[in-house]
Amino acid sequence: MNITRVDLKKVWAPGLLLIILVLLATLSLYASTYTVIFLTSILMYIVLTLSWVIFSAPTGYISLAPAAFFGVGIYTSAILGKELPLPVVILIGGLASFCLALLVGALTLRLRGIYFAIFTFGLVELIKHLLLWYEIKFTGTRGRFVIVVDNTTIYYVMLTIFVVLLLTAYLIRRSKFGLALQSIGENEDAAAHTGVNVDALKTITFAVSAIFIGAAGAIMATRWTYIDPYIAFDFRYSFMSVLMAIFGGMGQFYGPILGAAIFAYLEEILLTKFPYYYMLIFGTILVVTILYLPDGLVGLVQKLRRRISGGKRAHT
Amino acid sequence: MIVAILDVVIAGLLLGGLYALIAMGLSLQYGVARVLNISHGEFIMLGGLTTWSLYTVFGINPLVSIAICGPAAFILGFIIHRTLFKRLLTSSTSPGVFESNSMLASFGLMFIIQNIALIAWGPEIRGYTYLRVPVNLAGALFGANRLVTLGFAIAIGLAFYLFLARTRLGKAIRAAAQDPTTAGLMGVNINLVLALCFGFGAAMASIAGMLISMCYPVHAVMGLEYAIIAIIVVVLGGLGSIPGSFIGGFILGLIGSIVTYFEPGLALAAYYVIFILLLLVRPTGIMGK
Repeated sequence: MNITRVDLKKVWAPGLLLIILVLLATLSLYASTYTVIFLTSILMYIVLTLSWVIFSAPTGYISLAPAAFFGVGIYTSAILGKELPLPVVILIGGLASFCLALLVGALTLRLRGIYFAIFTFGLVELIKHLLLWYEIKFTGTRGRFVIVVDNTTIYYVMLTIFVVLLLTAYLIRRSKFGLALQSIGENEDAAAHTGVNVDALKTITFAVSAIFIGAAGAIMATRWTYIDPYIAFDFRYSFMSVLMAIFGGMGQFYGPILGAAIFAYLEEILLTKFPYYYMLIFGTILVVTILYLPDGLVGLVQKLRRRISGGKRAHT
Repeated sequence: MIVAILDVVIAGLLLGGLYALIAMGLSLQYGVARVLNISHGEFIMLGGLTTWSLYTVFGINPLVSIAICGPAAFILGFIIHRTLFKRLLTSSTSPGVFESNSMLASFGLMFIIQNIALIAWGPEIRGYTYLRVPVNLAGALFGANRLVTLGFAIAIGLAFYLFLARTRLGKAIRAAAQDPTTAGLMGVNINLVLALCFGFGAAMASIAGMLISMCYPVHAVMGLEYAIIAIIVVVLGGLGSIPGSFIGGFILGLIGSIVTYFEPGLALAAYYVIFILLLLVRPTGIMGK
């Protein structure tokens, strides 16, 4: 009796994941164009959030740089999109973000806690203003046009990025690197003393997580067709990732995914009609989550489950 | 040549006065209450837009509206600290956790206040003319409104410095800034002091907003830019050092004015370059320990 239950549990999660992935992979066969576009947005937010979680959740460093990496990806697409084939552009977008993150990581090794957060935030604004100045001064225009790609292609590229990201996140978490990252989050000095190469590990993980954000930016740019520094380096993308991760809960992988999906849905129904109310709700949920749900939805689910199963045991 | 230099220096000082006032408010909130309040700029925006409404709708003199904006923002800040940040303070396990959590919560607060203002005032850019008479300062022309701004900034800065240095409450605030736990043990009502500091910070922001509205147009999404400038000045002056913020404000104002003279589009970028270099080379700032 007990054995079958354990087996079911083992099969359950990967099985469900596989079914969802198959459904997502065959989406263009049965779903409408609207659904495809909508799911692309959801996947984009999931990619942003999950990438943020790879580095920030175990280490406790709050990075507000996702918008910078996203913007780098977008500009890669805008500059190279006409000359190079799409997969190459996306790879270069990821690579450019990787290099930027490597540089930032190496520069900020000494910064801890809140300094890291404000540094990364300043970075987004710095790039935005430098780029704006450059564009107006040297190209004479504020924005750029991006080559158009059809929606199904965008969707499949995003899905591919998502699957690779999920795999990477899983492997990092299950490897000794994941454990080392966790130990940095708990006590960085102690981690260094036990032989973890703290600086290298932080920098590499930060850079790896940036690849996916850059790639996502490179493909999303093709959907927007017109971009300027304000659109590309919108600091809201940083907060979206942070909020979605905190709201969903970072203890499990499904937490950030759930958080991202819920917010992408909210954005879809609210943003076009009531933009101010959407941002108002966004802020309110951020505050309420930090105050009352420190472990996010995942924490809530686990608490409820414990209460229910605890109740059962008490009765029998 | 000399007139040009004077022009740039005086413009920098005028700008710096505003920055100093804004940064002092944030310095109080970060240095004592440990909240790196990103929503600081929203209080500036509220002050500016309220002054605009009072002036254009009710005809109330902007300088008089200090008496309305200041206390209102103080009460708002006080309540926000009492309800939101005090709760966070008790639930956070360590000061580091509190700093990150309160920063994220203040981001949420920023979105809330900004969008309420957008719903109330709309996204239009608002401006009015008040005291816009030119004054000749050794050959360089400046508006009287900007000189009033500088005067107010210096007066408030000095008054606050005397308050901190000479009064009992000021002493309590300084004690709380140094070591909240020990200050609490010595009989300082720490929660009250922290909430008061947060309120003072909000009041300074809203007065700065009122002064800004006298010189520049104001709108509902202007807050973040000023909040970032305040953060840069606070880091420049040394996190938590109020005199440092005051001096840092003038330094940044001068830098901004000089850069604007040579390349107008790069002023904000220059601030960020300074900010990032500062964080890398000397994160404790010019007056930090």
